[in-house]
Amino acid sequence: MLRDITIGQHFPGDSPVHQFDPRLKLVMVLLYIVLLFAASNPLGLTLALVFLAAMYKVSRIPLKMILRSLKPILPILVFTAVLNLFFVSGEGAPLFELGFLKIYAEGVRYAVLMGVRVIALIAGSSLLTYTTSPIVLTDAIEALLRPLGKLHFPVHELAMMMSIALRFIPTLIEETDKIMNAQKARGAMLDTGKLPDRVKALVPVLIPLFISAFRRADELAMAMECRCYRGGEGRTRLKVLRCTREDYLRLAFCLVCYGVILATRLLFPNF
Amino acid sequence: MASIIKVEHLKYVYNAGMPGEVTALEDVNFEVEEGDFVGIIGSTGSGKSTLISHMNGLNRPTSGKIFIDGRDIWEDPSRIREFRFMTGLVFQYPEYQLFEETCYKDIAFGPKNMGLDEKEVDRRVREAAAFVGLDEKLLERSPFELSGGQKRRVAVAGVMAMEPRILVLDEPAAGLDPEGRDTILSQVKEYHKKTGTTVLLVSHSMEDIARYADKVLVMAQKQVAMYDTVEHVFARAEELLALGLSVPQVTKIFLKLREMGLDLPSDVYTIPYAVKTLLAAKARRDAGESLILPRAAHPKGGKEKC
Repeated sequence: MLRDITIGQHFPGDSPVHQFDPRLKLVMVLLYIVLLFAASNPLGLTLALVFLAAMYKVSRIPLKMILRSLKPILPILVFTAVLNLFFVSGEGAPLFELGFLKIYAEGVRYAVLMGVRVIALIAGSSLLTYTTSPIVLTDAIEALLRPLGKLHFPVHELAMMMSIALRFIPTLIEETDKIMNAQKARGAMLDTGKLPDRVKALVPVLIPLFISAFRRADELAMAMECRCYRGGEGRTRLKVLRCTREDYLRLAFCLVCYGVILATRLLFPNF
Repeated sequence: MASIIKVEHLKYVYNAGMPGEVTALEDVNFEVEEGDFVGIIGSTGSGKSTLISHMNGLNRPTSGKIFIDGRDIWEDPSRIREFRFMTGLVFQYPEYQLFEETCYKDIAFGPKNMGLDEKEVDRRVREAAAFVGLDEKLLERSPFELSGGQKRRVAVAGVMAMEPRILVLDEPAAGLDPEGRDTILSQVKEYHKKTGTTVLLVSHSMEDIARYADKVLVMAQKQVAMYDTVEHVFARAEELLALGLSVPQVTKIFLKLREMGLDLPSDVYTIPYAVKTLLAAKARRDAGESLILPRAAHPKGGKEKC
């Protein structure tokens, strides 16, 4: 069950999407999310979906992965859709009426649009993590947040914390798996039994897991100090992020696409 | 005697149906008789750990069957817990699984899960602690205050206290000092002798296997490469070396001596037996018998006198 988690899962590749400068890619993903809410007409959303599908195609990420990343948010998706379906009232006669529940044509429209938007949002941000390794991504975040350093915001520390956290997700998942197996071997009811029993059975898993996480943190701190880590000041990088001509072309391409999508919203607001 | 473990055409695939699909076991067949002490060897990635986690149903075979005491363990998945108590599994570095406030409570975790009454749990905890040589005083201490070797013993006792009919240990001596190694393994052997429990021991040390096991199961390339008595397996030294494994050092010496043309047995794998063999050979030489192998059988041998 723990193997279903896809956070931070990275599929190495050499497609244009993979090679896109991580800083620009991050900004483009953020803009894409803004775009999803700005372009609220069906045509605009359709074009945004087409754009995303094309990006997935180019990056050669199997479409199955989108479904996997959507699985955990399915309840939220259904919840927002249902909420919109029942609570958006419109003009004209309701399509369906049962007691106090009324469904209007607008409600259906909003429910579908909202659903599509959430799907595109998750799929779009997943594409970023699928095509960018966590380390590069935190580098990009650090680079983008650097101006905040002038306000004494600990940018480097934050980025370091993020990369360590991301780095340890798979390790801790593996560790959890091991401990769970060991306690199951002693008869802990983790995969059998009723819900209250299963919750109680988590104690023997969580305690060793926390202890080992603290131990690992200690060891990591020691290892970092042994290599003279003293924070971000004066630290240089092995790989310096540099934008190439291709990056600017990719940036221009994205911006043009976003512009077209936004234009459809302004030209055909209801279509 | 009936086989307590019977594995038939066992196949296991990690991440079945996913892009990262890896076959870990392929058509594994073997049987273990009740009361045997079986050593399991194999190079890293040969499937040893995957195999042993099938013994109590932690992994479900992709295909094939496992019978414990004549019953197919996956016949009724809701009753898999019965088999978890029948096969006690001690993982690598088991000390990282300790979680209770006192060693006593931690050892009692397994028996308590079995639904035994207080008195029985108490008896089992004290007995298991005695088997692994854990001082009574330590039982009331927190497991986190103990040394690495002591923690390991607490963890092993936690499995022994379930009084399983099969005890499976995955490298119980890894990371211990030589004395700790010998202690823990002889305690397991002692436990095996006294209770008649079937023991499967995974180890990378050929010496340990030679010293404690009766039979050896060699895993290679996801399959069982050899399964025989210790003498027979270590006599096939060349094949073992080809599999990236080894034979006990004393066996290596005897094989070298044979290669040099001496008439000595090739199935020597423990030091006491080696001493006996050498003394017997000396007696033979003193009696005027030749120790030199015929040349035809050993073209490499060339020494005239020894």
